[in-house]
Amino acid sequence: MELTRDEEEALAGGAGEAEQAAYRILVAAGEAAGAERLVPVSWAHLSGVNYNTIGPAGERFLADMARTARFRIRATVNPMGYDRDSVDRYGLPATFIEGQESIARSYGVMGAEPSFTCAPYDVLDMPAGGGQVALAESNAAIHANSFDNLHTNKESSFTALASAITGKSPLTPLRGGAGPDAEVRVRMDDPDELECGLLGYFAGRVGRESVRISGLGAPDRRRCKALCGGMGTSGTCAKIVLGEGGGDCEAVDFGREEARAVRDELDTADGGDAIVLGSPQLGPQELADLAARVGGRRFTKRCIVFCPRAARGAATERLEAAGCEVLSDCCACLSPLITKEAADSVITNSVKGAYYLNAGGVRTDLEPLSEILRGYLG
Amino acid sequence: MRVLVAGSARGVVLKSASPINFLGAVDRSTGVITDGSHELHGRSVRGTILAFPSGAGSSVGAYTIYSLKAEGAAPLAMVCARADGTVASGCAAAGIPLVASEEAYDILVGGAEAVVDTSLDVPVSRA
Repeated sequence: MELTRDEEEALAGGAGEAEQAAYRILVAAGEAAGAERLVPVSWAHLSGVNYNTIGPAGERFLADMARTARFRIRATVNPMGYDRDSVDRYGLPATFIEGQESIARSYGVMGAEPSFTCAPYDVLDMPAGGGQVALAESNAAIHANSFDNLHTNKESSFTALASAITGKSPLTPLRGGAGPDAEVRVRMDDPDELECGLLGYFAGRVGRESVRISGLGAPDRRRCKALCGGMGTSGTCAKIVLGEGGGDCEAVDFGREEARAVRDELDTADGGDAIVLGSPQLGPQELADLAARVGGRRFTKRCIVFCPRAARGAATERLEAAGCEVLSDCCACLSPLITKEAADSVITNSVKGAYYLNAGGVRTDLEPLSEILRGYLG
Repeated sequence: MRVLVAGSARGVVLKSASPINFLGAVDRSTGVITDGSHELHGRSVRGTILAFPSGAGSSVGAYTIYSLKAEGAAPLAMVCARADGTVASGCAAAGIPLVASEEAYDILVGGAEAVVDTSLDVPVSRA
């Protein structure tokens, strides 16, 4: 990979330890991906925020970085482990809360906005006119490349952090606009959001970096989000190209049978102790739609709704009145709030959520939202 | 042959035929592979030359690699057939030598000694 003189100097340590560490990370990842050089990026979205996932060594690493590193570009962060407004109700150990608060403090000191969201495209202003960014949350990276006119690698926690520090990221073939390397032909009519999540999960295993999805028409925002969430979970793919293909790459079909096969992998329970909605977190439109459909009724089961703090408002108040636990700043994935000790199984419409809940030992009953509302509203 | 993180090490090879998802599959403080469905379930990556086809899964796995090093439970070096950004950035942050090469991955034999030295013309060889 070709570096400028300034970049070479920073890599050699001339701009301090934090910059040197950041350039080492970018060069290693860039060489791995076959990048030619580094390009400026205008925004970094960071993963590695939840204490559950990065642990004490990660917490100390960030505290150490925060002594000298300062972000050069806009930086936002993924969800952390809990909602500070309700953390007392969940009995988390003091060591967890101390570690989590230290992580939040370190990111803040370095200059990150306390967004704590895995759906930045729902609540943040996207860079006007598109351009190069570095997003480490997989569903957000796919959403950016596919629907937000932006370009990003599927960044790792460390490459996005290094990009926030240096303002640069490896120029990979994907950033350069490389076309799809596989196609999935949808052979079913009007898939719902659960089926779109299954489709994304399936397509993520078919494509390597970018995948074309044909035969889907123009999915609405909720379905696009489900596609991105499913795809980010299963593989390395970072981009969806919707539309009819030119037969330029290998194609496979996705019909009822394929959808059922993926669903069978993750649909590991029949019913559950609670309903979990919001993986990725629900945005303002989804919250308003959910509140309207709930109307004046109440859930007959415990129902946990995850959303960005910035999306709270009249809709979340109505949901709380309907008996929902509305949680901000955290999400269903690898959350210490939904553990196998607390719930044997949960009901969700999220394929991404189901994957991570199962990984944590919580079984999942996958149902579309329409079925969940039909079955559990009194 | 791509040298992604420079360094040298000599040790016994732990070889996996399947990819490793560091976030879900490896205990970050002991190095033991905890994923019951993985072929190396119950084995530890600590102090080995870890050879595997590629990383898989969450981008946060880079932190697991860093934690292994910080806890003294890391491999001495890693050799991948295909590199990915999560493993590369994790090894770069942790200072674990990393070579990406189909050929180097192929010649390594599980249980046998090997040498990784990125200053040599042939950075990976059987001892």
